[in-house]
Amino acid sequence: MNYELIWFGLIGLLWAGYLVLEGFDFGVGALLPVLGKGTNAADTEKRRRVMLTTIGPHWDGNEVWLLTAGGATFAAFPEWYATMFSGFYLALLVLLVALIVRNMGFEYRGKRNDDTWRQRWDWAIIAGSIIAPLLVGVALTNVVRGVPIDKNMEYVGNFFTLLNPMSLLGGLVVLGLSLTHGAFFLALKTRGDIQRDARALGTTLGLGTAVLAVVLLLWLGFTQGTVWSWITTAIAAVALLAAIYANTQAKEGWAFIGTAVTFAAAVATYFLTLYPNVMPTTLPGGTSLTIYNASSSHMTLVIMTVAALVFTPVVLLYTAWTYWTFRKRLSTKNIPAPVPVP
Amino acid sequence: MNAVDVARWQFAITTVYHFLFVPITIGMSMIVAIFHTVWLRTRNPEYLRLTKFFGKLFLINFALGLVTGIVQEFQFGMNWSDYSRFVGDIFGAPLAFEALLAFFLESTFLGIWIFGWGRLPEKLHVASIWLVHIGTVLSAYFILAANSFMQNPVGYKFNPATGRAEMSSFWAVLTNKVQLVTFPHVIASAYMVGGAVVMGVALWLMRKHAGSGDESMYRKATKFGAIFALVASLGVIVTGDLQGKIMTQVQPMKMAAAEGLYDTTSSAPFSVLSIGSLDGSEATRIIEIPGLLSFLATGTFDGTVEGINDLQVSERAQAEKVSAQYGPQVAALVTAKSYAPMIPVTYWSFRIMMGLGFLTMFLAAITLWGIRKGRVPASKWWVWVAVITPLAPVFANSFGWIFTEVGRQPWIVYGLMTTATGVSPSVSVGEVWFSMIAYTLVYAVLAVIEVKLFLTYVRRGADPYEEPVDPASKGEDAPLEFAY
Repeated sequence: MNYELIWFGLIGLLWAGYLVLEGFDFGVGALLPVLGKGTNAADTEKRRRVMLTTIGPHWDGNEVWLLTAGGATFAAFPEWYATMFSGFYLALLVLLVALIVRNMGFEYRGKRNDDTWRQRWDWAIIAGSIIAPLLVGVALTNVVRGVPIDKNMEYVGNFFTLLNPMSLLGGLVVLGLSLTHGAFFLALKTRGDIQRDARALGTTLGLGTAVLAVVLLLWLGFTQGTVWSWITTAIAAVALLAAIYANTQAKEGWAFIGTAVTFAAAVATYFLTLYPNVMPTTLPGGTSLTIYNASSSHMTLVIMTVAALVFTPVVLLYTAWTYWTFRKRLSTKNIPAPVPVP
Repeated sequence: MNAVDVARWQFAITTVYHFLFVPITIGMSMIVAIFHTVWLRTRNPEYLRLTKFFGKLFLINFALGLVTGIVQEFQFGMNWSDYSRFVGDIFGAPLAFEALLAFFLESTFLGIWIFGWGRLPEKLHVASIWLVHIGTVLSAYFILAANSFMQNPVGYKFNPATGRAEMSSFWAVLTNKVQLVTFPHVIASAYMVGGAVVMGVALWLMRKHAGSGDESMYRKATKFGAIFALVASLGVIVTGDLQGKIMTQVQPMKMAAAEGLYDTTSSAPFSVLSIGSLDGSEATRIIEIPGLLSFLATGTFDGTVEGINDLQVSERAQAEKVSAQYGPQVAALVTAKSYAPMIPVTYWSFRIMMGLGFLTMFLAAITLWGIRKGRVPASKWWVWVAVITPLAPVFANSFGWIFTEVGRQPWIVYGLMTTATGVSPSVSVGEVWFSMIAYTLVYAVLAVIEVKLFLTYVRRGADPYEEPVDPASKGEDAPLEFAY
């Protein structure tokens, strides 16, 4: 068996899982100032609490997909992990700080009944939820389009090398998809005003994102595409349009599945374009990292494969159970009084 | 400072900071789970109030442990890419296992526990906090297996074709003899921290609410925390002693460095304190206990403990042997000027660790005495007992890690790779400085916010009891018991 290929696929799946799941909580966080704007201050506060409570039980588990993608890359492709993490240094630093302040915002925002306190954490959540998907998109697009890597597998560009047009567009697409996905999630998980507004906004966001996504995927397809990546590109496009349509028909479950498929198919497109590289170089005479020259030994890959086969289904099972447990739609009426802590 | 120094400082700062929250998380998740279970069994309202009260403190602390943990996982690749390339084949697997087996469990069930009040059947709700605790312990197992590999590399083979260390037995990595004593030591220390935090907080509140109806509730928690910390501390001592013996076998240099023992000595004494530079010139030792170092290292009071000077020679010979096997390409990985760590740091961190540990035991014991037979300790000095008891074991943990990690130097993986060769070649000193300043600033601000919030919730005490309502009886618009 080709374990290198299996792990290439599994890491693709982990990224897809990460974006499908954390994508919606990024979207919900980033839409806080838009969909969390009520008719008065009290309504605004309640709407924001509804939005945050829909993702409350899930965001932490969602983020573990990123940690698992990182850990699995380390274990299965140490060279990839080493080149990418040291190469994208400042971008990852900003990503980490964005995730830190955002997570703290979720956990601490409601711990004091104080408007200033809440507003500050709101900004942490909003900024983190915009910057993080943007950077994830920039980083993944750079991996696919290639970056300067020398013959010793060391990244030789700098922070600004990463800010090329295609990668910036990739960042915007991931952000746009997250916003759309988040809006559809809110339409699915809320009742009343928020649901109505989320639906209306979702269509606009979806159409805007569709334009950007099509440009990006065509650009990538015409420069580096393969037959398989064109197929997943088509799936991504159809799924996004179907999601927008479902949203206009008030079928929010289908809309949410649609953007989830879009994310997954977009990640598949990236990985199919990438294969058999994991980090191609743009430098003449440089070494492209491939699934073979970047991988772990056979033994490590076999052990990891067994672990993934045994434990991933368990994780998926209890994750699914969480979503089932908290399936009830929420409205501002469900929001209790704030914790009376000054 | 060069990139190696800055990267080391960054690792030290971010890891010590992260590990302030880790033992509290492991210890308190267990105690909250116990309180929750006792409530389920007895229906005593006090235990539900304690569960929710300490649960909130636990969550305020958990938030920081979580976010600082993400940095740790990225840091190996960001600052230590050559290390990651050389041992990633072995070192990456426990990290991936940790994410897959522990992080998912911990995060998912914590979400369920936090939002599960009034929405989940009670038994499942209690089970979820136990699963969180199991997640924290599993997480500790895998990350400590990774660390134990750095202390005592096992289960690997050097592959000349790829120029790196590769896994030969994952089982050997997971059952490393260093791991088998380190894991129980770390877990026992974490339980000691958990007990001490609960005891300190409850003692303070018990004195505040003396004479009121809540006194008995806080008394229960104080007593429980103190006993929990004391029992755990016995585990800390036993496992710490075992660790000393194993350390002497696999890292004799670290044991010598713990005492600043330069010459190989039989019946080596242990100095409680000393004055002087500890650089090998005669330092003045204060209160020497004859034979104790020999006992800690070998289990007998007249055993021979190798000194730093002899070990320098043997480690250099060992390094030369390894470099010959490596071949010219990676021979530099094992070359160092000195094979001894910074002796003052190892000497003092070892003593501060033990001193703070014994201080915790002492404070827990006098608290049990102070609250005996329904007494409320009145003297204002008890405030200090309440404040110092939680802090002492937390910092004992920090100094234990400082000893363990500094004592391994100059190695990043003992006998296999030096720290200086592990850093990322593509990352500039400026970048490492920049990230270090960024983390330090963010961490400092968060620390201030966390401590303030923690103290606010401590002062507030436990909320009044509310009768749980059957989730099934609630209408669509009923307010949730908990929302963000």
